[in-house]
Amino acid sequence: MTAPAVRVAGRGEVDGAPLFGPLDIVLPGGQWTCLLGPSGVGKSTVLRLIADLPTGVSFLGTISAEDGMPLKGRVGYMAQSDLLLPWLDVTGNVELGARLRHERPDAARAAALVERVGLGPRARRRPRTLSGGERQRAALARTLMEDRPIVLLDEPFSALDAGNRAAMQETAAELLAGRTVLLVTHDPAEAARLGHHILVMTASGVIPAEPPALPPIRPFDDPGTLACQARLLTLLRRAA
Amino acid sequence: MKRLLWAAAATVLVLGLWQALVSLAGLPPFILPGPGRVATALWKNRVLIADNAGVTILEVLLGLVLGTLVGAATAIGLAASASARALMRPILVFSQAIPVFALAPILTLWLGYGIGSKVVMAVLIIFFPVASSFLDGLLTTPQGYLDLARCMGARPGATLWRIRVPAALPSLASGLRLAAVYAPIGAVIGEWVGASRGLGYLMLLANGRAKIDLMFASLIVLAAFTIILHALIDFLATRLQSDAN
Repeated sequence: MTAPAVRVAGRGEVDGAPLFGPLDIVLPGGQWTCLLGPSGVGKSTVLRLIADLPTGVSFLGTISAEDGMPLKGRVGYMAQSDLLLPWLDVTGNVELGARLRHERPDAARAAALVERVGLGPRARRRPRTLSGGERQRAALARTLMEDRPIVLLDEPFSALDAGNRAAMQETAAELLAGRTVLLVTHDPAEAARLGHHILVMTASGVIPAEPPALPPIRPFDDPGTLACQARLLTLLRRAA
Repeated sequence: MKRLLWAAAATVLVLGLWQALVSLAGLPPFILPGPGRVATALWKNRVLIADNAGVTILEVLLGLVLGTLVGAATAIGLAASASARALMRPILVFSQAIPVFALAPILTLWLGYGIGSKVVMAVLIIFFPVASSFLDGLLTTPQGYLDLARCMGARPGATLWRIRVPAALPSLASGLRLAAVYAPIGAVIGEWVGASRGLGYLMLLANGRAKIDLMFASLIVLAAFTIILHALIDFLATRLQSDAN
């Protein structure tokens, strides 16, 4: 799988009033880009536009993959809410995409992915019997099952407690390596830890921020990572 | 257990007030028989009442099953197509402006004195609550599920069957709870308008012959059946709801 770069260039309007932009951002192929910004600035909207999901925003501009092929069918999506269907067990949720496309799910692969995210013993459990962290792991397995070169993450770790969040960040970084990932987050520590590239989105536009020197995923006590986290927080507060 | 005790206390209270009203006001049995007389009538006429109750129960159950099937199928059809919704909405609103009871005589004329006209009556009366509450659920699928399906490249039919329908089952359950209360009303009204069997028929017959104790006995059996039916549907509805949560 070659993961293409994705470019978003244009501006967004709601009923003729500007919401964001003009902006021109590139998500480099095969790497993690963290889009950091305060709530309501439109970062989730940018992610939804790339995923071709309804937004209520008119986008004037282009969203394209660098290889010139359409994005449709090449984008995976994970939201803050796990979106597990409560009437299916973990395996059923992981196999959902295939069933929705009228394909036969690859049961062996699904089982391997459930095992890989640490839910092997929970494979036949319904989501409501799982903890928040386990549910997000199931959602990650479902995303991996789709095997898309471009993966959009809309604050998927933000509802987890600190320990679970750190563990999930590591699992996701490891399992999604080599894909073009956009992680939308409002947490400077998360961006400093995970991003090959970090973009700060404010009402006036998108500013690239210098990532720490170490490659991701970075230890949270690395001085460079902590310094980056502080710089990002300063940028965010100045923008607010 | 506590609930049962309270229910028993409420029953005793109602029976006591009933008997007090009869004794204190000196009402004759052909106006309002006391609970003892009604119990005696119930026991003496148990075969007659059971026979007629069986007919009414059959009508109600058939009406419930058919009405739920037709109502649910309509809701799914309307959920699948926006133009079908636009076309059907005025028809449904108009159909609700017709009191279903006003159709009872014509149904009896068309379908005769047998159970057919009563089943159709029950179907008509429960169709709307089932269809409208299920449709409501089908049209309010959580957006996140739909986003996910879209990213997964779902076929529209698959989204409907695998996501929208299961997510709407709790709404269908609320419709079923209403239907369980309405269906016996439909069947009994149908029997009043024209029937040769059934609890509604027996009540009219007893009333006409001033056998008020028999009428009350039939009424109590009808009420007991409705409560049991409601409890059964409630059990089923709770299962449907817990499954989708």
